[in-house]
Amino acid sequence: MFEGLDAQRLVALFFVALALFNFPLLALWDHDAMLWGLPLFPTALFLIWAALIALLAWVMERGLGGQGAAED
Amino acid sequence: MLPASLVIGVSFAYLALLFAVASWGDRRAAAGRSVIGSAWVYALSIAVYCTAWTYFGSVGRAATAGVWFFPIYLGPMLAMLLGWMVVRKMIRIAKTYRITSIADLIASRYGKSPALAGLVTLITVVGIVPYIALQLKAVASGYAVLTSPLGQPATIATAWWRDSTLYVALFLAGFTMVFGARHLDSTERHEGMVAAIAFESVVKLLAFMAVGIFASFVLFSSPAAIFEQARSVESLRELLSFRQGQSFAYVQWAGMTALAFFAALFLPRQFQVMVVENVDERHLKRAVWVFPLYLLLINLFVLPIAFAGLLYFGPGRMDPENFVLSLPLAQGHTVLALAAFVGGLSAATGMVIVEATAVSTMVCNDLVMPLLLRMKRFGARSSGDLTGLLLGIRRTAILVILMLGYLYFRLAGEAYALVSIGLISFAAVAQFAPAILGGMYWRGGTRAGALAGLLLGFGFWVYTLMLPSLAKSGWLDDSFLREGLFGLALLKPEAFLGLAGLDGLTHSLFWSLLANLAGYVGVSLWRSPSAAETSQALLFVDVFNRTSETHPVFWQGKAQVSALLPLAGRFLGAQAAQRLFVDYAQRLGLNHVDDIPADARLVQFVETQLAGAIGSASARVMVASVVEEEALDLDDVLRILDEASQLRAYSHALEEKSQSLELATAELREANQKLKSLDHMKDDFMSSVTHELRTPLTSIRALSELMRDDDAMELAQRQQFLGIIVTEAERLSRLVSQVLDMAKIEAGQADWHSAQVDLREVVEQVAGTMRESYRERGVALELQLAQQLHPVWADADRLTQVVLNLMSNALKYAPAQKGQVVLRLSDTPDELTLEVQDNGPGIALDQQAVVFEKFRQVSGDDHYRPGGTGLGLPISRQIVAHFGGRMWLRSTPGQGACFGFSLPHDRENGLNRDNNDNDDNPRSDET
Repeated sequence: MFEGLDAQRLVALFFVALALFNFPLLALWDHDAMLWGLPLFPTALFLIWAALIALLAWVMERGLGGQGAAED
Repeated sequence: MLPASLVIGVSFAYLALLFAVASWGDRRAAAGRSVIGSAWVYALSIAVYCTAWTYFGSVGRAATAGVWFFPIYLGPMLAMLLGWMVVRKMIRIAKTYRITSIADLIASRYGKSPALAGLVTLITVVGIVPYIALQLKAVASGYAVLTSPLGQPATIATAWWRDSTLYVALFLAGFTMVFGARHLDSTERHEGMVAAIAFESVVKLLAFMAVGIFASFVLFSSPAAIFEQARSVESLRELLSFRQGQSFAYVQWAGMTALAFFAALFLPRQFQVMVVENVDERHLKRAVWVFPLYLLLINLFVLPIAFAGLLYFGPGRMDPENFVLSLPLAQGHTVLALAAFVGGLSAATGMVIVEATAVSTMVCNDLVMPLLLRMKRFGARSSGDLTGLLLGIRRTAILVILMLGYLYFRLAGEAYALVSIGLISFAAVAQFAPAILGGMYWRGGTRAGALAGLLLGFGFWVYTLMLPSLAKSGWLDDSFLREGLFGLALLKPEAFLGLAGLDGLTHSLFWSLLANLAGYVGVSLWRSPSAAETSQALLFVDVFNRTSETHPVFWQGKAQVSALLPLAGRFLGAQAAQRLFVDYAQRLGLNHVDDIPADARLVQFVETQLAGAIGSASARVMVASVVEEEALDLDDVLRILDEASQLRAYSHALEEKSQSLELATAELREANQKLKSLDHMKDDFMSSVTHELRTPLTSIRALSELMRDDDAMELAQRQQFLGIIVTEAERLSRLVSQVLDMAKIEAGQADWHSAQVDLREVVEQVAGTMRESYRERGVALELQLAQQLHPVWADADRLTQVVLNLMSNALKYAPAQKGQVVLRLSDTPDELTLEVQDNGPGIALDQQAVVFEKFRQVSGDDHYRPGGTGLGLPISRQIVAHFGGRMWLRSTPGQGACFGFSLPHDRENGLNRDNNDNDDNPRSDET
């Protein structure tokens, strides 16, 4: 269930996300600052969010291999 | 302001399109070419998570609370990170046991308890009906915004028959009946509906992003420009900060994230599309990242739209929830405004359709059926097809749910109870989390524990969240809210036991989940689980560890096919039931349905099929009514489990044994093949040796007889004959000694006198002895010997034998008079290489592979010389191999053959070898 490298990666990713989306790491972005003309806090959240999705996609799709063709 | 007829026309045209998509999906499914058999469609259908509450509400929330719309979408991101484990387990459980709703999942896990199923359904209905009302309200107010003059308060039609929302609700009820409850399918799959939902997900995303791009790049020059302006307004600048003066901001943030985490997994509509409608577990691989990506995209423009609206209209002048519509409208972009409305409509309708389907299944299976089946008319002992009744109940339930939603919307209107219902619904659904997650991963949870947890959690939810929201809407006396129940301050719903400072939602979530969890774990640990609970716990928790063959079946008693078949027919339809039984018989390899053994496995099969139609709790009751059951106690459960795991172990062992047996057979066959070919070669060799022996023997005997019989033979003649006899005898003894030699090397008993050898000396010596033979045959011999050579570690006599063999072979095959043989001796960094090239006929490709094989001679050889034994090359190769070298042949037929071998340098310098005292070793030459 939670065995296997991919499953462990997912669980690790979950805890990373949990840490990033909560105090105190969340407080890092809570400044009245701008990034590329955009407010820092939401921009940082979107970037972290996108990075997590990219990592998740990497873990899930890499092992797909031959199954990918069979899926459609 | 747009004409009402246009808005209504567009809305219903869109709904008609939706209808077309759904019926296309159903037709394709019927034709066996499913459109939802794709991971992308599956992922898009999960985006039903984004309702009108997202579509309109996120902007509203962002306009009043800034970044606080985020947690609702970060929760699903977290949930999807674990989706491959958690959701896949739910899918596997649901597919294996034909579970079609959240209520059924919980009830089935805790011993197929009707009470639990009913309670879960009740909580769902209470939590979800207002949520449906919210969707209808979104459609109504969107319609009002489009058809009212801009800036004036949007009016919602007062007379119900003039209210287009009612007709939308009725249309949705009709749609859901057609695509969500057209026929009974024990897997509860609705392909047309899923296709429509996926389509709606695309529409709402595109529409929302279109408005976002309009607000960010047309209305303002860029998102950066919007935020630049917003920062200059003090009240807006405040919105961009995280805390906004709240004391427990991070706790609230975490609480809302947790809420959304549970909602994304356990909302009835999420369960429906994610688990029940799943076609292939592998689709989840893509869905777990596409769904969060969808959420990210649909939220990208929430803040720009909200701030653009606030800047454009000024704070407080327009309802921020409708910025999506009012911004394009204010600029006269009616087409965009209509598109935005259609996007909102699709967000609302998608949610309503799936939610109504899911909830109607629960209401039918877990509330109505258990009551009906208790009545004499429909009960176990009666007969008659109930499939029509089942469908009727579902369709009625759909209509009732939608009408309840509409009623709630009409009654609540703008009240607080409706506006805040999104999160309140989430909080109700979060109460399922302990029972479901605990049930999937902890064997110890019991029915009583789950009941206690759910009741406590639900109770706290009602008291700390639902009732206060009603009181704030003015429907209840709010004294209990201000002073606490019975005037006890400790019982204040929003500051329970004096816990103040948290907002109402976080406060309620904390207390309800705490009570829920405490009740669930505490009561579960109170006493040991019953047999039924243990067996279901094992089936659920270990669902990944079992295959269908080794599945334990927790049932014992007597059953008859003649009783089970009609029972299945009553709920699945007579034809469908007959087909199921025929399939089942075929799987067992039986010809006739009557031959099916009425064993535990059949009973379980029928019960599972029935569970898909009427829920596991009702299915249990029904099956129990037509078979004679023996009650299982805990020992029986353990015994059955033991048998099953023994069976599993046996089948595992059997599999392993048969595998190793197969392997051994293959090895044996290979060995046998080898032996046969060896035997064949030996025979060939024997005949060849015999032939070789006979030729000299014959000539010796013939010459001897001649000399014996002819006394008058001349001396010269006699001398010549004797000479031949001696030569032939020598050949004989050479042959015999080679055979012996080969046998010795083969057996590893040969004597090796190894020492440092200068290969150049060996070659020169052999060339010296052979030179005369070469000259006699008119074959030119050319030596190309490198000057500096490393010594090798070998037996000089043996090497002489090898070189001699190669040179005499070359001589044998080189054409007489025109023959040319080149002997090359070269040195590489690692080894010495010797090659002998002749200009003879060469060796055919198919023969090249066999020249080194023992007992073989090149067959069909025109140049066959009776001097050979067919052992020279094999012996040479054995010798070279013994000293760590290798031997090869390069030949192009017609262009001569080149035999060669290589030997590794002697790196040991002989220091640790015996009988080696050659100190003239040119070690210094080494590079």
